[in-house]
Amino acid sequence: MMLETLTFFAIVGALIRPVDGPPIPQGTIVVRDGRIVSVAAGRAPPAGAEVIDGAGMVVTPGFVAVESALGLVEIDLEDSTRDAAPEGDASDPVRAAFSAADGYNPLATAIPVARTGGVTSALSTPMGGLVSGTSAWVDLAGERPADAIARAVAALHVRLDDGGIGASGGARSSTLTRLRETLDDARLYGRSRGAYDRRALREMRVSRLDLERLQEALAGRIPVVVRVSRASDILRVLELAREYRFRLVLAGAEEAWRVADRIAADDVPVILQPLTNLPTSFATLGSRYDNAALLVRAGVRVVFEASGAADLRNLRQEAGNAVAWGVDPEVALRALTLEPARVFGMDREYGALTPNRVANLVMWSGDPFETSTRAVRVWIRGRNATLRTRQTALFERYRDLRRVRRGAPRPSVPVRSSGL
Amino acid sequence: MTNPRSRTRATPPLTLTLPASRGDATRPDRLGAKRHVVWLALAVGACGSAPPPAAESPRRPTPEVALPPLPWLAERRIAGPPRSPMVALRGGTVMTAAGAIIPRGVVLMHNGRIEAVGPVDDTQVPEGAIVVDTTGRFVTPGIIDAHSHMGVYASPGLVATDDGNEATSPVTAQISAEDAFWPQDPQLQRALRAGVTSILVLPGSANLVGGRGVVFKLHLGRSADEMRFPGAPDSLKIACGENPRRVYGVEREAFPSTRMGNLAGYRASFQQAVEYGRSWRTWQHTWRLWRQKRIKYERDLREHRAARRRAQSGAAATATADGGAETPTEPEDPGPEPAPPARDFGLETLLGAIEGRVLVQNHCYRAEEMVRMMRLGRELGFGIRAFHHAVEAYKIRDLLAEADVGIATWVDWWGFKLEAYDAIPENLALLTEAGVRAVLHSDSAMLVQRLNQEAGKGMRYGRDAGIPITEDQALRWITANPAWAIGVDQQTGSIEPGKMADVVVWSQSPFSVYARADLVFVDGLLAWDRHTPGSLPPTDFEVGQGSNPGGAR
Repeated sequence: MMLETLTFFAIVGALIRPVDGPPIPQGTIVVRDGRIVSVAAGRAPPAGAEVIDGAGMVVTPGFVAVESALGLVEIDLEDSTRDAAPEGDASDPVRAAFSAADGYNPLATAIPVARTGGVTSALSTPMGGLVSGTSAWVDLAGERPADAIARAVAALHVRLDDGGIGASGGARSSTLTRLRETLDDARLYGRSRGAYDRRALREMRVSRLDLERLQEALAGRIPVVVRVSRASDILRVLELAREYRFRLVLAGAEEAWRVADRIAADDVPVILQPLTNLPTSFATLGSRYDNAALLVRAGVRVVFEASGAADLRNLRQEAGNAVAWGVDPEVALRALTLEPARVFGMDREYGALTPNRVANLVMWSGDPFETSTRAVRVWIRGRNATLRTRQTALFERYRDLRRVRRGAPRPSVPVRSSGL
Repeated sequence: MTNPRSRTRATPPLTLTLPASRGDATRPDRLGAKRHVVWLALAVGACGSAPPPAAESPRRPTPEVALPPLPWLAERRIAGPPRSPMVALRGGTVMTAAGAIIPRGVVLMHNGRIEAVGPVDDTQVPEGAIVVDTTGRFVTPGIIDAHSHMGVYASPGLVATDDGNEATSPVTAQISAEDAFWPQDPQLQRALRAGVTSILVLPGSANLVGGRGVVFKLHLGRSADEMRFPGAPDSLKIACGENPRRVYGVEREAFPSTRMGNLAGYRASFQQAVEYGRSWRTWQHTWRLWRQKRIKYERDLREHRAARRRAQSGAAATATADGGAETPTEPEDPGPEPAPPARDFGLETLLGAIEGRVLVQNHCYRAEEMVRMMRLGRELGFGIRAFHHAVEAYKIRDLLAEADVGIATWVDWWGFKLEAYDAIPENLALLTEAGVRAVLHSDSAMLVQRLNQEAGKGMRYGRDAGIPITEDQALRWITANPAWAIGVDQQTGSIEPGKMADVVVWSQSPFSVYARADLVFVDGLLAWDRHTPGSLPPTDFEVGQGSNPGGAR
């Protein structure tokens, strides 16, 4: 990616929506060396800063895209381009050590496309199985993995939805039994590594590297994101989290509204896709557009997701629809910025426009959720990020058809058939 | 006395008065007609050896016999418009999708039709009309989705509801989406609540020739019959590219496994249909010849018997020594009635496509494949109404405009397979600028619920790229243009007097992410009223499930 170096600048005159404070109608935001220096009302660019006119614009923190295989998949139907899960059905559904950081490709074509939708960070997430592996927090910048990855192991991902159940026995009890066995093994391993190394422990079904990685979840150093749909399953997961004392995050959660009080009581955040309202299976009969609004009303913290890595530029449309179905616009903005940062332990650095945070920010032509607006400029770590994509290049190539190569211009002449 | 065969000669040289295709006769059978003449020469020859020069008296003309009707062209009755109250939507911004956007307008609907549309000041609302104050709201034609699998890929997506692809053979022209359509599919209701009033339900894209698609109105009912769009032509779904070769070649090591196989498959199918049509026309003419001979035979036989009676009685009365009267020869029996060919419903669908009664909807992503398909159509005599998905249409928009082939696509779906890799969000705008009929379709029970927002995005992508798409053009992507693509543009798709009263009242500009459909009229009947609880009860599937289907209004 092309990063224009621009390390000291001030955006003046824009409506600033810092997320963890009230909107500032005519504010100035100053960025230096990749960090936010100040956010204040009025026009006061410091001496030496490049001044960017933000009149009529809206400035927000960059969005965080969670729960997608961004950087792990180039084309869904081409196995050779998929690094979100081990190939084939025979693979073990428990693969805690499977790491998105090993596969993340900062040159994936979906990354700049996501940036055009104001996405500046992502949780690149493995898919499939019962325990899918760990996600990485990446900034959508840099040409090398090390430049992009801000935290290599950000969360452990587990699936107890139809897919996860199907991958681990096909019945809820087989799935939960397998998960309990995994967590028990990990607990025992954590208490008696020495005995494990001496082979003095009972047999473990889970591999050593998986057991290692699971320690981080059991110790609460990383959250455990559990994808689950049905209300009764959500309640069981809440119990499991209390029993094993892991930091639970619910994802998918189509029927979460039915048990919103319990989720709120345990202070468990919920990742959900607002544009979901179909009973796609018997586990999602209660799916509805105002799931987010009902959860927010019950005091649950929500984070929004989109439908996949290629679709992240539409996260803002998801948020807009959440607003249309009853979520307060500021809460919806938080669900794309500060809330995911907080859920994944990155909120000291990300998610809001306040001094010292990483300068991931977006200047919009208006309401960031509206169909008629666009991200005019995006900065990642204080640098101007290009909004050109492979799609831009194709558009330009075909903008004028007269300039497109089309073989030699030959007039047609009649010939006798050769009989071929 | 006469050789009945000689009559064939007197028959005009069969300059085919082909039966006019019922309905859409826009595309005469160009290639077919020529072949037909050739065939007739053969058919006539086949009737017997060359007849002797006319020893024939010209006094008796050949009996007039019409060609027998083709069974698939039998008349069908179509339902007329329903009775609906006179309703005036008054005061809102009326976006007609026919050019005009009226800031303070009236739409008058009665008995299923739009009766009048115009500015508040110039449009009289008759006494007795129910007046709905739409001030501050937006009024548009109902949204039309030209690519839906609702009812055949129903929700929930279970083993038992997987009815969209008859993926047991790459050519299944004989099937119809209508036969699997489940009117209790909860998806249909969600679409109606989002302002959708008509949909083309197609079989999936596993097969080269998938079968028939059918147009429905979202009058929720108990059966496909109760929801069928009256008078709409059926469509034929054919699919290019990755899907058929993956489903058969990759997954089963069966034909087709390459794009070469794909094209060969369509060619063979359509050629079979050409020959099927020819066999029926052969039969029509053979039957007519037989009938003519039969009429003549019956007449000659009567005369022959009369003559014989005369001869016999004359002989008895005037028996003389110079011998008996000459006995006339008996006319020749033309034999049994020729039986019609065996019917083949799949070939009838393909033949319908060739003759223009059935609209060809072609799932095809890539530019060079679309060019290939247009060539194949010219070769075999079928026209393509629209390419669907067609994410690379922008690369050949000049050719598409010239051929008047529509394009039904998304705004920004891309990347899920290689043939969707070159999608660009300016596709619809570029096509519109080039004069191609551009359609924004869904192919998704989720996306169908926000086609209005998608149109807003598509318009913005165009404008950002310097293509000045108007609101009327963007609205046509989801109304008038899909109406054309699915063959119902004379009946619906815009707010114009005489059209079906398929109308939506939106809470604000329909292009906004915050817009909600407040009222949806289908044929002038209020099908959805957001502010009246219970205006649309849950489907049978969702009733008693303890949920609030689809959530708040």
